[in-house]
Amino acid sequence: MKNKVVVPDKKQISKRITKNKLAKGIFFMATIFGMIVLATLIIRIVTQGIGYLDFSFLTNYASRRPEDAGIKAAILGTIWVMSITIPVSLILGVGTSIYLEEYAPKNKLTRFIELNLANLAGVPSVVFGLLGLTVFVRLLEMGRSILAGGLTMSLLILPVIVVASKEAIRSIPQEQYEAAYAMGATKWQIIRTVVLPAATPGILTGAILSLSRGVGETASLLMIGAMTFIAYTPTSVLDGFTVLPIQIFSWASRPQAEFQAVAAAGSIVLLIILIVMNSLAIVIRNKYSKRY
Amino acid sequence: MNSTIRERIKQNKSKKSSQNKIETLMPMLFLLMASISILVTAGIIFTLFRETLLFFSEVSFIDFITGTEWYPFFGNDPSFGIWPLLSGTFTIAAIAMLVSIPIGLAAAIYLSEYASDQNRKVLKPILEVLAGVPTVVYGLFALTFVTPLLQTFVTDLPIFNALSPGIVVGIMIIPQITSLSQEAMNAVPQSMRDGALALGATRLEVALKIVIPGSLSGIISSLVLGLSRAIGETMIVATAAGSTPNLGFTPTESIQTMTSYIVQVSMGDATYGSTIYYSIYAVGMTLFLFTLAMNLFANHISRKYREVY
Amino acid sequence: MNKEEAVQSVYSVKNFNLWYGDTHALKDISIDIPEKQVIAIIGPSGCGKSTFIKTLNRMVELVPTVKMKGSIHYNEMDIFDSETKVESLRTDVGMVFQKPNPFPKSIYDNVAYGPRIHGIKDKKTLEEVVERSLKGAALWDEVKDRLSENAFGLSGGQQQRLCIARALAVEPEVILMDEPTSALDPLSTAKIEDLIHELKKNYSIIIVTHNMQQAARISDKTAFFLNGEIIGFDATEKMYSNPKDKRTDDYISGKFG
Repeated sequence: MKNKVVVPDKKQISKRITKNKLAKGIFFMATIFGMIVLATLIIRIVTQGIGYLDFSFLTNYASRRPEDAGIKAAILGTIWVMSITIPVSLILGVGTSIYLEEYAPKNKLTRFIELNLANLAGVPSVVFGLLGLTVFVRLLEMGRSILAGGLTMSLLILPVIVVASKEAIRSIPQEQYEAAYAMGATKWQIIRTVVLPAATPGILTGAILSLSRGVGETASLLMIGAMTFIAYTPTSVLDGFTVLPIQIFSWASRPQAEFQAVAAAGSIVLLIILIVMNSLAIVIRNKYSKRY
Repeated sequence: MNSTIRERIKQNKSKKSSQNKIETLMPMLFLLMASISILVTAGIIFTLFRETLLFFSEVSFIDFITGTEWYPFFGNDPSFGIWPLLSGTFTIAAIAMLVSIPIGLAAAIYLSEYASDQNRKVLKPILEVLAGVPTVVYGLFALTFVTPLLQTFVTDLPIFNALSPGIVVGIMIIPQITSLSQEAMNAVPQSMRDGALALGATRLEVALKIVIPGSLSGIISSLVLGLSRAIGETMIVATAAGSTPNLGFTPTESIQTMTSYIVQVSMGDATYGSTIYYSIYAVGMTLFLFTLAMNLFANHISRKYREVY
Repeated sequence: MNKEEAVQSVYSVKNFNLWYGDTHALKDISIDIPEKQVIAIIGPSGCGKSTFIKTLNRMVELVPTVKMKGSIHYNEMDIFDSETKVESLRTDVGMVFQKPNPFPKSIYDNVAYGPRIHGIKDKKTLEEVVERSLKGAALWDEVKDRLSENAFGLSGGQQQRLCIARALAVEPEVILMDEPTSALDPLSTAKIEDLIHELKKNYSIIIVTHNMQQAARISDKTAFFLNGEIIGFDATEKMYSNPKDKRTDDYISGKFG
């Protein structure tokens, strides 16, 4: 046998193996740390708020007394704002992604648009709130209204919808385009009859996920002037409003401990809404995924 | 053979001028929509700029960027030195990063290097859920659970402090760091790992000596983006940190960040056109510049130093 | 001899050249393609046969780096003339691809796609076209009870026949086929070869194939492409038994390719 230079030292090897096992354990704990926190949060919120969660909670307006407080105005406000955000952000978002994926030439303007979208995705929501305050509330004189809030929110979630739509459109194989071109279809016909129908599940999934971020959005609407104490039902898009997360925040900011529990009750409702929305997105994604 | 279809198609083609108009119109329409995103950025910059300039017509620029006292509500003699807000923001960000970087990276390493495909499929989505919790709910959690919990360890911890929301902001950011880092680690080809494993390296050694160095640009980019998110975070801080501007690294005291100041003024009765009203734009501009710089930096690192395999 | 020349040319190609960027893919191609026959195009990989067939319906223009010079006339009409609408050409000249590519829609909607985008909307007409086209593609009996089912539920061979039906629905004169059976099993291949034999009664068919036995089975004339040039174009029997060029002979007897 030749003289080996690198002699495997049994002790050293087992030390390294132990280190590996230890590290694996630590890394694993880090991974489930998040889950533990999540579970703790959910349990805490539920136990804190369940006492205040009853039917009258859903049908009352806000009140000075915790027992009488309700989220009716907040839920209605959220629905009203979403009814503006959904069409505006969908149309702008899908339109932008159609341009970027189907028509845009590979030039500087296109790259600038894409870079710009990536940056917008990282802008804090308060800054969007400042934009909305100046442009929608004051400049365009919409006042502290549902319209201003809905439009601001559309701009906020626009980058996310664009990314999701681009993905959905990009997943359509080139052969589909070729088949349609070979029959004499024009580009817009192909987009309308082949691309959009095929990309719709992906776009819907992305839209629902973006909108669920909008449902939980607070800071930008606060700056638009969403109020924290509303005791009426909105009747037009120019009315003042509140939304569920802002109502929760306002209760959480009250000194009385009972209001924290009311805030928790509102949080339960908010989380349920989000779970429903996200489950819907997952169902759609799974139902239409295996295609090509 | 019936030729009616061919004839009808030819007929249709001859009266097709409106179709042609639509065909040329649609790309222009979509370009218009795509330009809206540019308009938004322009709008943000223009808005911030204009109102900030108005602010600086009443408050000296030097005082703003060097002043260490932020007392905007002192009727006769307000001071608008930005540093307390900056320090509040960075206190929160620092605590958040101390929490999120080790845990986020450790989780990324586990998911990328140790977890089986099956485990990953289950664990990743659950982690994503953490990212979906609305920040107000996190804020409530920080105020009513984390703070009392901390108070059992840190006596005299006031109910409004920076430690509790800082930790919770960190928790909120963990999924982002984990998922972006893990994506970067995924891009390292399996053949590199196999080479090291075949030499007798442990998975830990592969992770630390091969994978992390081999995906460093993506990891750093994800950390910078996480930091940017921590700086821009609003509601957790607004709920649990109080509203007392404080200079220095003061985790056990109440603080105010740039974001929570903007919210505080918006919820109050600041008159349109008053200095306080314009101050939120000046603060907003500062915030925007910070996060923009960080996002561009993260983008730059990710692209320029991207490891190509 | 005279009888051959009296046959109408559906395509007339003269001195046609094509480049992908700097690569000279088609070199000085001249060929007259007679109507209502099956013309096979054979040759080794990379010889330009796919490129050529995609030029005939101007699908090759989907590649951005393509440059062309020379003339191609379809029914005595210059296909590159700015007056000619390419969508019009493509309704006269249909195409079937190597891999079946039905739309993720119902069988009915797949076949009705062509007529619909060209403005035919009334239900009765569409139903007739769909039935006629599916019969023409020898698929009607197999799918007539499940027209509303998704096309992806069909087998590979059925999907390809569906694509043929889809092409037939706009009533073209010419059908281009780019290796239509290379992704199919022998049984489906045989079915489609029978179908081609039927179709040539009413359509001019140009088929690219790398399978020389297939070319020998179904085609009336064969063109042999090599390195972007046409080496030979003659009646299939003659090409196979007594080719004029040695290279043709070598390829057909398997010495290369």
